[in-house]
Amino acid sequence: MNFAFTADQLLFRDTVRDFLAAECTPADVRTLAAGEGRSAARWGKLAELGLTGLTVPEAQGGLGLTLVDLVLIAEEAGRAALPEPLIDQIGIVVPLLARFTHRPEVAAVLEGIAAGTVTVAVGHPADPYVADAADADWLLLGRDDALHLVPRGKVTLTQEVSVDPLRHIAAVAWAPDNTTLLGEGLDDLLDHGALCASAQALGLAQAMVELAADYARTRSQFGKPIGSFQAVKHHLASVQVAIEFAKAPVYKAAFSLAQGLPRAARDIAHGRIAAIDAAAAAARTAIQVFGAMGYTYEVDLHFFMKRAWALAGVWGDRHFHVSRLQHLVLSDDAPTGADATFGPK
Amino acid sequence: MDLTYTPGQQAFRADVRAWMAANVPAHKLKSYDTREGFEEHRAWERTLNEGRYAMITWPEILGGRGANLIEWLIFEEEYYRAGAPGRVNQNGIFLLGPTLMEYGTPEQKARFLPRMAAGEDIWAQGWSEPGAGSDMAAIRTKAVRDGDHYVINGQKTWSTRAAFADWCFGLFRTDPNSERHHGMSFILLPLDTPGITRRPIPQLDGEPGFAELFFDDVRVPVENRLGGEGEGWNIAMATAGFERGLMLRSPARFQETAKRLVTLYRRHQAKVSPAVGEAVLKAWMDAEAYCLNTYMTASRLMAGGKIGQEASLNKIFWSELDRSMHETALSILGARAELLANGVDDPDEATRWLKGFLFSLAGPIYAGTNEIQRNVIAERLLKLPR
Repeated sequence: MNFAFTADQLLFRDTVRDFLAAECTPADVRTLAAGEGRSAARWGKLAELGLTGLTVPEAQGGLGLTLVDLVLIAEEAGRAALPEPLIDQIGIVVPLLARFTHRPEVAAVLEGIAAGTVTVAVGHPADPYVADAADADWLLLGRDDALHLVPRGKVTLTQEVSVDPLRHIAAVAWAPDNTTLLGEGLDDLLDHGALCASAQALGLAQAMVELAADYARTRSQFGKPIGSFQAVKHHLASVQVAIEFAKAPVYKAAFSLAQGLPRAARDIAHGRIAAIDAAAAAARTAIQVFGAMGYTYEVDLHFFMKRAWALAGVWGDRHFHVSRLQHLVLSDDAPTGADATFGPK
Repeated sequence: MDLTYTPGQQAFRADVRAWMAANVPAHKLKSYDTREGFEEHRAWERTLNEGRYAMITWPEILGGRGANLIEWLIFEEEYYRAGAPGRVNQNGIFLLGPTLMEYGTPEQKARFLPRMAAGEDIWAQGWSEPGAGSDMAAIRTKAVRDGDHYVINGQKTWSTRAAFADWCFGLFRTDPNSERHHGMSFILLPLDTPGITRRPIPQLDGEPGFAELFFDDVRVPVENRLGGEGEGWNIAMATAGFERGLMLRSPARFQETAKRLVTLYRRHQAKVSPAVGEAVLKAWMDAEAYCLNTYMTASRLMAGGKIGQEASLNKIFWSELDRSMHETALSILGARAELLANGVDDPDEATRWLKGFLFSLAGPIYAGTNEIQRNVIAERLLKLPR
């Protein structure tokens, strides 16, 4: 029993954090939001860092790392409100495609992903829109319990506008056929999506608390910084508590899913609910601390709030995961108690 | 990261489970906040010590097992699973014990720790005073040096377990001209020393869980001081860190409560609103989260890390979790929630939930109020100005 990341995992996390702090500043995000929305230059650098191939098997040119490594990186992507679809790709698409490397076209797609030259968008039938579909080469989609890998040319997109100016979403019309069919895995698709959304929510929540704390240190009223008032302090401290106690459930979910444990569904749902709640509380509190400024487009807070709001609805929203977890925990035959925590089910 | 127990850890769990099955008293002990119950619990501490389960993380030479923190978590899980009695000496084993290990002289450790583990000395704590609650630096009770003794005059209050305890540890002002957190010393004293008057204070359930202590020319040998003269504040802060931190409220306690709550809910599911189901789920999730967070902290400490401001995060989380779990249970019990004494065969244990609820209300207040903890988080973690 060791509930800790390795020194290497933490070092890699720190490297990514430093990279994004320099290359994906809120000012960069703001600039992109007014223009293309995606930075090809940054994508190239992410590939150079090995991030596009983080979870791609070594045989396909990746680093062959697991969801336990990925979860820390996803948290950093959230912290920076990274606009590019890195996490969807290495946290959802790659782990699922990696089950089908015996198919030459899938192996080739994975090689392209690792190299940073191929992108695959991903959607679940429960969600009406797919993110980043227009720029993708392929789409990983579900239909009737099965996964399909569909070339971009075989789908028809209807673009929609997200509250998050950096999320490019579209409704996708397509028809499955024998050439697109990969195999089973729809439940796993949802769980991977939920894990990635949870980890990003943790990072977004922390970023919002830090933005609000920065503001509270500098904004002065009644002759002193508003951060010296206990009402403001206690709001932010409560959010920090919620964030801290959402982390371990999300990390545990990453481990359980990576190991394919039967309890993964339970762990994913717990992490998802805790992360959604922490991010919602962070957004609600941060805008309150910013006061009227928080309600404007002029401060950067809104990019983080909007990403958090958008991610709260996809890959199973709060209600979905609450019902799922109620069934898994409160049913008469469900395991409860301390010795069930790390048990198999 | 490896979230599976090793064969050694599984074997340890099996050993603890078997020992608990053989040794946990079949009848429920009386409350340790009664004279009779206090002595029953002392006897249980003696039994635990004979099994070398009184303080498993202590070194073997002091009667412990040198167990690591993961083993401690497993032990606690089995302890609560077995329904074993509450720890009457928690002020000693969880608060003063670790403080003595860090700041005590070899003589002090040898003198106090084995008796503490055996339940021969049950400890009370002496922090608060009528004018010094959350503002502990306002302590005024004086310990004036007179040769090889200190002469103590003043008053302590909210002194947990002091109604029946043998010894007390606390913070006293040894420099009469000092102010705030300077000039205080950490002193240990027997509660039967002449000049001490105890006045038990009945808590919400009517039992004297704490007491006021009046000191009138109480003479205590200088060798009862822990750490240097005037260094009491820093040592007390370390003790408070232990209190808020890992050990005092092990996750197993809350997971066991959550398990009882889930069971209660299943029994009454048909008649309560679906909203109650979500509250029960929230209680289960938070108890799990507290457990997982503690395993993470334990893993980090075992790799050489130190406990820091997360002690404040923990204290807020478990105290508010405990209160809300009990509130949820009472809402399921409905009109039976007011029962201060139920029949012996009540499967819902209505009275246990009520008493647990009353106790949970103290959680956000003691060990530094949750307001103080939120200030600590805001100022030290989020760097907001004082």
